[in-house]
Amino acid sequence: MRKWIIFGLALSLSAGCAKRDDVIKIGEYGSLTGTTATFGVSTKNGIDMATEEINAAGGLLGKKIQVIVEDDRGLADEAASAVKKLVTQDKVVAVLGEVASSRSLAGAPICQENKIPMVTPSSTNPEVTKKGDYIFRICFIDPFQGEAMAKFAFENLKVKKAAILKDSKNDYSVGLAQYFAETFKGLGGQIVAEESYFEGDQDFKAQLTSIKGKKPEAIFIPGYYTEVGLIARQARELGLNIPLLGGDGWDSPKLTEIATLKKPGDALKDCYFSNHYAADDPNPVIQDFIKKYKAKYEEVPDAMAVLGYDAAHILYDAIKRAGSPEGAKIRDELAKTANFPGVAGQTTIDSARNARKPLVVLKIGEGGAYEYMATVNP
Amino acid sequence: MKRLAAFIGFFLLFLLANRFLPEIIDPYYLHLFTLSCINVILAVSLNLINGTTGQFSLGHAGFMAVGGYTSASLTFYLGPKIIATLDFLPAILAKNFVFLFALLGGGLSAAFLGLLVGIPSLRLRGDYLAIVTLGMGEIVRVLILNVEAIGGARGFSDIPAYTNLFWIISLTALTIAAVASLTASSHGRAFLSVREDEIAAEAMGVNTTYYKVIAFVIGAFFAGMAGCLFGHYLQLLHPNSFTFLKSFEIIIMIIVGGLGSIFGAVVAAVILTLLPEALRYLGPVKDWRMVIYSLALIILMITRPQGLFGNWTPDFRRWWPFRKPQPVA
Amino acid sequence: MQEFLQQLVNGVSWGSIYALIALGYTMVYGVLQLINFAHGDVFMLGAFFGFYFSRWTKIAQEPTLFGFFATLLFAMAACALVGVIIERAAYKPLRERPRLTALITAIGVSLLLENGGQLLFGVDPKFFPSLISETRLYESANLVISNLPVIILVVSLALMLLLRFIVMKTTIGKAMRATAFNREAAALMGINTNNVISFTFLLGSALAGAGGILVALTYPKIDPLMGLLPGLKAFVAAVLGGIGNIPGAVLGGMILGVSETMVAGYISSTLRDAIAFALLVVILLVKPTGLLGSRVGEKV
Repeated sequence: MRKWIIFGLALSLSAGCAKRDDVIKIGEYGSLTGTTATFGVSTKNGIDMATEEINAAGGLLGKKIQVIVEDDRGLADEAASAVKKLVTQDKVVAVLGEVASSRSLAGAPICQENKIPMVTPSSTNPEVTKKGDYIFRICFIDPFQGEAMAKFAFENLKVKKAAILKDSKNDYSVGLAQYFAETFKGLGGQIVAEESYFEGDQDFKAQLTSIKGKKPEAIFIPGYYTEVGLIARQARELGLNIPLLGGDGWDSPKLTEIATLKKPGDALKDCYFSNHYAADDPNPVIQDFIKKYKAKYEEVPDAMAVLGYDAAHILYDAIKRAGSPEGAKIRDELAKTANFPGVAGQTTIDSARNARKPLVVLKIGEGGAYEYMATVNP
Repeated sequence: MKRLAAFIGFFLLFLLANRFLPEIIDPYYLHLFTLSCINVILAVSLNLINGTTGQFSLGHAGFMAVGGYTSASLTFYLGPKIIATLDFLPAILAKNFVFLFALLGGGLSAAFLGLLVGIPSLRLRGDYLAIVTLGMGEIVRVLILNVEAIGGARGFSDIPAYTNLFWIISLTALTIAAVASLTASSHGRAFLSVREDEIAAEAMGVNTTYYKVIAFVIGAFFAGMAGCLFGHYLQLLHPNSFTFLKSFEIIIMIIVGGLGSIFGAVVAAVILTLLPEALRYLGPVKDWRMVIYSLALIILMITRPQGLFGNWTPDFRRWWPFRKPQPVA
Repeated sequence: MQEFLQQLVNGVSWGSIYALIALGYTMVYGVLQLINFAHGDVFMLGAFFGFYFSRWTKIAQEPTLFGFFATLLFAMAACALVGVIIERAAYKPLRERPRLTALITAIGVSLLLENGGQLLFGVDPKFFPSLISETRLYESANLVISNLPVIILVVSLALMLLLRFIVMKTTIGKAMRATAFNREAAALMGINTNNVISFTFLLGSALAGAGGILVALTYPKIDPLMGLLPGLKAFVAAVLGGIGNIPGAVLGGMILGVSETMVAGYISSTLRDAIAFALLVVILLVKPTGLLGSRVGEKV
């Protein structure tokens, strides 16, 4: 055991000695293991792809980009350790991460204190960017998405009675549910049931049976695809044949694969969710991304991969404009980001360092294919 | 008099450490030092319940969570008011006064939960007690998820960063000293007798009920303070940090160190905090970090089942400056 | 009323999964007094063995009843092998040591299987092929019963009876009971206790493998950490029923499953786990050795 420590320290010393000035070091922290690992790994895939593209095109400021990835096992204290290591040992110029707001909140104060810009791809909790002027996000915040889906349900689908099934362990899900409920009630709708589950659950029949008894016209399920697929199956098994609605956590090829009873994706047929982009959008940025991602990873990208890819590109673009790898300059340029043509829409960073960009509402149709329904602007 | 002098000496020493260490030591190592100290407090306090008294508890993360959340609520909601009324004091003193108050509040609330959990331990043995403590930890976590005032699923953020090196070092020293001297006292013999043979202990006139409950109360008190340090260090508390896996982690520490050995608990807590971090420097096989960690654990247990230090504890009292002269046997 | 019946069906079918996993826990505990925390992860391995086997043999593309049983048997055999390897490599060297040491090793094995699984199988969830397609046995407006929960219930009851038969009526079962009662005395009577213990692990792990397949059929999302929570809950169920007691494990699993479902359906789904655990604490306070567990008198 002691040998390991000495070995580790020796390695860290040797890593510290070999100063390489020919690369720009970017730090990334994420959940590569643990219960939310699948999101961390998708994000990493997106970031890796963006980095490769920039490096293939000659790099940044005449140097190659080196992304140093640290795993936080999905724990807040490990996230703090990982960021501390990236910032003080590896001396990265900027940090990308985390997927979950709870871990971003642990990493953000450290980046702020050391004046290292941090760009989170998918932490939706409004608190994250309030940690300081070096903290940015490129995803929607909870209120925007929750409100958009509430309006869509009430106005486009003419739903008057809705139920909510949320993941009580997940801040993203709880936030979306809250803003959906507020907006939906404000429009004159009625929330007839609000039930919850916990990430990692497999059986949702108790909640679904209870919801069925309240006779809603639609259910809002602001969770991740890992559970939503099973929820949809079980809803249909219980004979609950009403539309299910959700947010960008649904976006994954696995969703319709799991939600398959007889034909592909049939358990989610005629369900709606909000997303960053529509896969059938002819925009070359989107089509190019999907094609390259499929070629590289042999699967269709999910929302996390898209956001990781955009976050990396927005950061690299800011570094390029800053003309120097200094934290303060990168921060200034990040703040000036306007109409960046990302895969997940034209992204503008507002004065609160949050992203302003449109969302699209998609419908799941025959064979699990997504159909574009509407665009909602902030 | 000597005792007072020693206390003042330590106090000044820790204050100096607080002032100058951050300037000498790399912030990353300082961070690891802080996390190690928090784990040392957790391990040493669990050792009193589990190692010395032999009550198998799987709920230490629950005590930590209750202490952390209580103290964070105190500093977050009451703290500003207290500082406002203490405006005649220098700001730094007022802040640390609030933190002391929060530490005690966190410790006492956890101790109260320890009392509640200690009571079933009168009736339950071994694995059944383990399950009840595990259940307690999960109940605490689910309840926290449901209270919006302390952040619920979003986590309690914006906790003031009151934890500093002074508090870290002094509380770690205090925990070790308190548990060590308790174990070495006649009360300590009573704890041990409960572990070794409850019926025999009862027959010899040891009030086993009292000692079992008191072990839980004291262990929980220190775990609560560790939770307070943890929250005010990260400035964030999240229910996911306090799952049963955290309790397992602490159990692993005390068994790797050698059940019942305070010295072992300290060393193992430090090693097991640093090991996953050291494994970050594995380079190409970095993905194997947690696999190597679990393999190391298995191999260690097989090759040294009694833990690193077995039952051995160096006689801390020998180094204690104000020790009473012992009669020569 | 129909809604209540539906919830009862939901609860019993979920409880039978707990029961299935709890059986393995309770057997190992009965013989070795070891909480085998890696049991939930062997259950996960079962699902993955089935996943890869059915894809490799192309059973996944054209499911047949024969294909289903072949997958089930393969997963059970592979898990049995893994179980025996774990026992021989990790637990056997510690047999004469304090129980807590073996417990930590069990946690280590569990971490190893989880982290190794994440490396080996990937971290993303996989879709388990529908080897048996879902059909409805009974259907009305508010009550639907489909075939899969019934299959799980029947299989876990059948396995329980089979286990009961093995433990009570066969020679090896007698040897298991003797080993559980007093290992040293059993060894002195000429029982090869090492083999008996290995056999117990073999049986328990095969059960976990079967559980993995059956759960994956109903909940076809499998990932390397899927054993974590069901494993813990099944352990709770085993203790609730009286750990070491085979009918107790099934009873405990059912009670846990039904009470979780009822709490989620009628009281509060957010407080589900808290209330389920509180119920457990209350039961243990009233009956400290579990529902069917018997108190062993302490020798003074």
